[in-house]
Amino acid sequence: MSCHFSDPLNMNTTGSRTYLFTKGIDSFLKGVTDASTFTVRFFKESFLPPFHFHEVINQSFEIGLKSLSLITVTGFIIGIVFTKQSRPSLEDFGATSWLPSLMGIAIIRALGPLVTALICAGKVGSSIGAEIGSMKVTEQIEAMEVSAINPFKYLIVTRVFATTLTIPVLSLYCICVGLFGSYINVHAQEATGFVTFYHNAFSSVSFLDINTSVIKSIVYGLTIGLVGCYKGYNARKGTRGVGRAANQAVIVSMFLIFLEEIVIVQITNWIRYY
Amino acid sequence: MKEQAKHQINLEESVIAITGLEKSFDELDVLKGVDFTLYRGENVAVLGKSGSGKSVLIKIMVGLLRPDAGQVWVLSKEVNELKRKELDALRLRVGFLFQSSALYDSMDVYQNLSFPLVMTKKQLTKKEVDQEVYEALDAVGLTEKVNEMPADLSGGQRKRIGIARTLILKPEIILYDEPTSGLDPITSGEINNLIREVQERYNTSSVIITHDLTCSKHTGDRIAMLLDGKFIKIGSFENVFASKDEAIKSFYNYNFIQESHARIS
Repeated sequence: MSCHFSDPLNMNTTGSRTYLFTKGIDSFLKGVTDASTFTVRFFKESFLPPFHFHEVINQSFEIGLKSLSLITVTGFIIGIVFTKQSRPSLEDFGATSWLPSLMGIAIIRALGPLVTALICAGKVGSSIGAEIGSMKVTEQIEAMEVSAINPFKYLIVTRVFATTLTIPVLSLYCICVGLFGSYINVHAQEATGFVTFYHNAFSSVSFLDINTSVIKSIVYGLTIGLVGCYKGYNARKGTRGVGRAANQAVIVSMFLIFLEEIVIVQITNWIRYY
Repeated sequence: MKEQAKHQINLEESVIAITGLEKSFDELDVLKGVDFTLYRGENVAVLGKSGSGKSVLIKIMVGLLRPDAGQVWVLSKEVNELKRKELDALRLRVGFLFQSSALYDSMDVYQNLSFPLVMTKKQLTKKEVDQEVYEALDAVGLTEKVNEMPADLSGGQRKRIGIARTLILKPEIILYDEPTSGLDPITSGEINNLIREVQERYNTSSVIITHDLTCSKHTGDRIAMLLDGKFIKIGSFENVFASKDEAIKSFYNYNFIQESHARIS
């Protein structure tokens, strides 16, 4: 295999394409480069006028309303199930009174933001990927461009801002609902009062935990918005491409969310112990 | 022709001038040195087979695609040299009708028409926007569809609304990409008439991309025949199809048979 370094990723020398590594690796590298360029463009365009605040608010409402019912049900069930699952282990040590603290730590530090992000990756990410993808393949994005409207600012920047702003709010809501589910279970077993439960649950978490939880949600929101928009904006090949964009928006967002979770937890632990 | 007598073509003022235009995609050379001029007030129909690069040509004219070589001057501006703001200013003077009409499917007809106005002419009041929308809808004869969603419109109506959306920004040039594709002969005829009406009423210059002989004959003051990435003949309809060139003859004969079939069926 010959190697050319002047234009390694898209080369046409004697009518046949040659690759720097293999076709798969080259296409992966090209994908990473394109995604990085897309992200840089997002940050660049975010600070340039015109600003479509009204569209950001519209999109935020859309995202919030779309996910609210699912987050309510999931958060509540997770609160109940985790409390039920944790109880036997704590009972072995006679430490059931620690349940509110345990659930506070688990839900605020990890479960609330993570569950919200995963639900939104599935529901909002796929919807953004499909919507932008369908606009792309039906030439609606080009129609905006020829009308002197910047589609990147109007469609992409507004949606990414909307996910970045809305997902932290949904995440805090999920934490409240999850803790309420947990309270219902604890109250049914030990007749613990509402105030006592919440006091115990929050006394075990620090300001750092709540801050980290919010920051995590902002990062997840940014990821879901960027990935959904990137996949949709680069959709090709008709309706099949739209389906593919929606599907990949979910898979890639979820993968990145888990990666980010590991990194943020690691950083938080460093901050906590040093 | 009666329609042609109503509008004036200024042969001393070109609104689009293209020289040596080349464009390729991967291994496929689509345009191989295209030279072209569109005069003020004139309609030119670009004829060619599917995949011959007709749509690529007009997308280059509005800066949606960048050429590999050559120069494209639109309203005295070199399109490839323009910065974003300058390109946007030029695009406000050039309308574009997409093959699929490209109506925003999440917006109703009113919003589809008002959207470009609201976004680009922020000084307009609600009343002025309403007036412009109804005027554009009136020009295409569809004022009663103002609150309908694009999904509820027929193919012909979608094309008309697409033309209305193009007209709302009052362009000097309109680029039509296959305006009659996918339409029955009667609706195609209506769209052809509308293209002529727009030319006369708004004094626009247009490039009409088509592979439909009737459309080209009816809407074009000149016909430009695009084959193998180059214009092989430009002139009046009669002049182009009187050519002895085998490629032109076979294109004409094939289309003539297809259109006869369409009329019979």
